[in-house]
Amino acid sequence: MSERSLSVAPRTPGVIAGRIFIYTLLGIAALYFLLPFLIMVMTSLKTMDDIRMGTLISLPREISFEPWSEAWSSACIGVNCQGIKGYFINSIKMVIPAVFISTAFGAVNGYIFSKWRFKGSEVIFSMLLIGCFIPFQVILLPMALTLGKLGIAQSINGLVLVHVVYGLAFTTLFFRNFYVSIPDDLVKAARIDGAGFFRIFWRIILPVSAPIIVVTVIWQTTQIWNDFLFGVVFSGGDSQPVTVGLNNLVNTSTGVKKYNVDMAAAIIAASPTLLVYVLAGKYFLRGLTAGSVKG
Amino acid sequence: MSSLTIKDVYKSFGHVEVLKDISLEIQSGEFLVLVGPSGCGKSTLLNLIAGLETVTRGEIFISDRMVRDVSPKDRDIAMVFQTYALYPNMSVRKNISFGLEMRKVPKTEIAKIVGKVAGILQIEELLDRKPAQLSGGQRQRVAMGRALARNPSIFLFDEPLSNLDAKLRVEMRTEIKLLHQRLGVTTVYVTHDQIEAMTLADRIAIMKDGKIQQFDTPRNVYRNPFNQFVAGFIGSPSMNFIPAQVVQIDDGQGVVLDVEGDRSYTLAASPGNGRLAQWVGREVLLGVRPEHLSDSLPDMDEDSNVHELECEVMVVEPTGADTIVFVRINGMEVTCRVHPDSAGKPGETMKFVTDMSRTFFFDPETGERI
Repeated sequence: MSERSLSVAPRTPGVIAGRIFIYTLLGIAALYFLLPFLIMVMTSLKTMDDIRMGTLISLPREISFEPWSEAWSSACIGVNCQGIKGYFINSIKMVIPAVFISTAFGAVNGYIFSKWRFKGSEVIFSMLLIGCFIPFQVILLPMALTLGKLGIAQSINGLVLVHVVYGLAFTTLFFRNFYVSIPDDLVKAARIDGAGFFRIFWRIILPVSAPIIVVTVIWQTTQIWNDFLFGVVFSGGDSQPVTVGLNNLVNTSTGVKKYNVDMAAAIIAASPTLLVYVLAGKYFLRGLTAGSVKG
Repeated sequence: MSSLTIKDVYKSFGHVEVLKDISLEIQSGEFLVLVGPSGCGKSTLLNLIAGLETVTRGEIFISDRMVRDVSPKDRDIAMVFQTYALYPNMSVRKNISFGLEMRKVPKTEIAKIVGKVAGILQIEELLDRKPAQLSGGQRQRVAMGRALARNPSIFLFDEPLSNLDAKLRVEMRTEIKLLHQRLGVTTVYVTHDQIEAMTLADRIAIMKDGKIQQFDTPRNVYRNPFNQFVAGFIGSPSMNFIPAQVVQIDDGQGVVLDVEGDRSYTLAASPGNGRLAQWVGREVLLGVRPEHLSDSLPDMDEDSNVHELECEVMVVEPTGADTIVFVRINGMEVTCRVHPDSAGKPGETMKFVTDMSRTFFFDPETGERI
């Protein structure tokens, strides 16, 4: 690594002024995005008195974590006063199988489309691609009918099925594009060595798939956790995910509107995906731009 | 017993016919090279032999066994690819033993084989490395090691040296030749490089547009090309094709060569070119290799087929061992290979000699030998 970057501009006043301008602009843009979140955090730490007496952007006079514990276990949503804990757990019960299954199928699909092309495979792939662009609202009715016929309407399993089906288009695309960069000769060599379809997938293709698995898992986790449409349509009662729970919490009006609890609940609902970004965000980018093999 | 017979093979992809009427037969232990320009079908033919593609028509026999419905892993072949195709997540050792593992060879046996192969190719220190940690030449050796470990009836090579730099290519070429001399396994080798073909092959099959142009020993392909394509493909720098008028000379025929600078020579064709008689008064292509247009040739004073020409030098290209001189004959740029000390300077006139018994005549329209 060289000490100096490749293009170091001389420190003339013009350059320094330009730099100040750029940083100011970036700072303002960052503030624009971060300010609502900051307000959320601050509001969630205030007591109701604090909120009534202060302004939107004033700092909390005393920090209280009471809204947080209320949001989690005792806030009233509709007629139940058990917080969003149950909904949070529902989301986890839904996201983990859905991400796992859609990623696994996407991997095998991508493998087939890139390495075992058969007659009509390109047509099927194009149809799958169109699936990425269909607005989800279009399929609500047919899917509701299907889930009903399968007997899993209004359940977490139903939600998992929906997310798997609609995630398949994306996950297949991700894996197929990644596997295209694996040389075909590798599969030929393995065939001559005596390996069959699944052996090649398991021993040779999967081990080099780490970057794209990371990308797909991050993408699917974020998409499925944050989804509201499928959650509100295809679940009911005790199978509703946290996005629906949050919506119901904020819309429940029994007297005083508890802004601090609402804010805390929102942050709790958003925290998993935020965490995923903080921990794995750079792997997401790396995975997207990674090639698969060298030599 | 590992002979290879290819009989009347055709291959089409959809409506595109890629291979036409291919028939070849090689004996056990022979080194066959398939050579030709890009797109001639040589890699497709190799894939058909390997079983990675199926023939549209025709039959392929490995060791007298028809292999039409036999999958690649049961054909007792091993292949080395241009891209090496090493398994990136496995060590060199695992790469070499993977095929043996698939065949359920016992672990002790595998260890023995890997050791032996590593010894032959001198890759013992690399056994625990991953492919990404190897250089191009080392990867190529590992790829060959993987093929060797299988101990197959036939080795298939698909342009294995194309990704290496020039110097390494020459070294590996010699290694492959030594390996073949030592192990004597039947080999089919695909390349677009005619020098590789000439140096490695027992017999060469030159291909163009899906057809075999000539199937012969390197010596015959050089000395006795069937058509213009083969004549121009083999040999570097490639053969000159000079359009020339055929004239009657006494009992035989000859060609007229007009050299830049108002000199005209009529050179008699060597005896044995009888069919030229039908071409008197018409134009043919005179094929002459640069090495036969030189400042001196062996026995030039006694040989009646050797004629002298004086030509003006256009361009001079020294290559070290020889110097390539460009002259102009019949309006065509002609390459001559001369000894560096005899080369003239551009603009000077030089004396050249050519041996008419080493020239060829081609039909300008069909490219066929006359």
